[in-house]
Amino acid sequence: MLSLHSYLILSAILFSIGAIGVLIRRNAIVIFMCVELMLNSVNLTFIAFSKYLGNMDGQIFVFFVMTVAAAEAAVGLALMIAFYKNRESIDVEDLNLMKW
Amino acid sequence: MDMLQFPANIAAAAGVNFAAIMPEVILSVIAMALLLVNVFINSEQKAYLGYLSLIGIVVTFFSVVSGWGAPQSGFNNSVLQDNFSLFFKGTFLVSAFLTILITDQYLKREECNWGEIYPLILFATVGMMLMASGTDLMTIFLGLEVLSVSLYVLAGFNRANLKSNEAGLKYFLLGAFSTGFLLYGMALIYGSTGTTRVAAIASYISQNGMVLSNPMLVAGMLLMAVGFSFKIAAAPFHMWTPDVYEGAPTPMTAFMSVGPKAAGFAAFLRVFIVALPAMKADWSELLWVLAVLTMTVGNITALKQTNIKRMLAYSSIAHAGYVLVGFTAGNAVGTAGVLFYMLSYAFMNIGAFAIIVLVGRKGEENNNVSDYAGFGFKHPVLGMCMSIFLFSLAGIPPAAGFIGKFYLFSGAIQAGYVWLAIIGVLNSAASVYYYLRVMVFMYMKDPTEEFDWLAVSPSLALCLLLSVAGVLIPGIVPGTLLDLAQKAILM
Repeated sequence: MLSLHSYLILSAILFSIGAIGVLIRRNAIVIFMCVELMLNSVNLTFIAFSKYLGNMDGQIFVFFVMTVAAAEAAVGLALMIAFYKNRESIDVEDLNLMKW
Repeated sequence: MDMLQFPANIAAAAGVNFAAIMPEVILSVIAMALLLVNVFINSEQKAYLGYLSLIGIVVTFFSVVSGWGAPQSGFNNSVLQDNFSLFFKGTFLVSAFLTILITDQYLKREECNWGEIYPLILFATVGMMLMASGTDLMTIFLGLEVLSVSLYVLAGFNRANLKSNEAGLKYFLLGAFSTGFLLYGMALIYGSTGTTRVAAIASYISQNGMVLSNPMLVAGMLLMAVGFSFKIAAAPFHMWTPDVYEGAPTPMTAFMSVGPKAAGFAAFLRVFIVALPAMKADWSELLWVLAVLTMTVGNITALKQTNIKRMLAYSSIAHAGYVLVGFTAGNAVGTAGVLFYMLSYAFMNIGAFAIIVLVGRKGEENNNVSDYAGFGFKHPVLGMCMSIFLFSLAGIPPAAGFIGKFYLFSGAIQAGYVWLAIIGVLNSAASVYYYLRVMVFMYMKDPTEEFDWLAVSPSLALCLLLSVAGVLIPGIVPGTLLDLAQKAILM
């Protein structure tokens, strides 16, 4: 039987991997996948707490987070396609028309 | 100080209560109907969608006005339509109305006349309204996402334009990143208090004082502050703002700099004042630092901008800083000042952007400050409007911006934050430089090139008229509006 702590530590590690990935990766799709990793680690936190507290609110929250993540993915990929059509690249280094 | 408390005169509604989300229901039904209508009309008729959405906004506004003073709670207390949320809903509707008035002319000129923009603006407004009336972290999160997803599309709306693509993609990547932080904060607060209702969080903390030393609760508060600071563009989480504001279509920049910022403040205030009053000593210190950083970074960077959209982006960061001063004070005067300021900021900022829309040409936005040389003589009326907006942004009486700043700073002084108010006033003085520089170009330089006759469409003229009225009337007779703002928070 794993304790609440193991789940929280796992989700904190996943969240950090996601956050670091967003900061160091250069491909927009990989960055987006790292963001999804962050959201899913939050889902894990919610479910662990929900089970531990014996309270359903956390699990309901997770459903909403998943729905929102799907909507975000649709919009985000569409924006990437629009950018790719004009620049033939989805490297964030090429997001450089506007600076300071 | 009892602010934003659950109104005593209504029973906590257990079930569904559609009266509590009436404005949201009306506006989303209209937006969905417009999406359908959009399929059946040709591109010359797209402007009708704009007129229909204006009618929808007016209808919703009446529903907001009729709800004033009669708070409604519903959906197991996850939404509460009190005066506080109604005041903010009014602000959002005003900003959506003014934005739609300037959208049509811009879309025709840039040849991206796609009807989807109007439903998207309405959906973003629905998201903002949900954020303002959400009393559950879940509702606030959903409202925020409805808003953000619509805004990502609006920022990248001109899909043939590289700058617009870049703005949309940048906003999306950073917005989704910050949502992760906000959500993690919500999860930790849920874990340490066992509930997501803001009022229940507060009562759990007051009954179990031990939880205040729980690092999970403190981390949750900090992470939520990061998430909200991103939405209101507070330094050091403001890096996306100038790029997104510069690249997005100008009417959308006007919208983004006003509505979502106000919505961010509404949710920020609700969560921190209602759910976490026990940690006020901690978060007001944090907000103090944020406010000083935001004002200073915004103003100092704005000083050396030559692109007027970028300058107004930094100025909007600085304005978020002034509003944070009132929030830090956390008393009735400061908080009412936040509400008053956000409404008057909607008028002055969208007004200024309306002029920027006018000066632009297809493909050539004429965004440089030097493009305004001689503008004041060539177009005396438009020049006067622009001067009024700039005076108000700089906080010079008799404009509404002055009264707003006065209340924000006097709230801070009453709460004992004298230094914060002094830094705010100094910042405000520094900001006069870059606002007046535009006026120097408008009135004291000869035009470098021949101005074409500017075609002012009737809707744009109406927007300018409403904005000038919205800046001058509360600036000269602020009593009524201040009274409403006071009632909004103390009820």
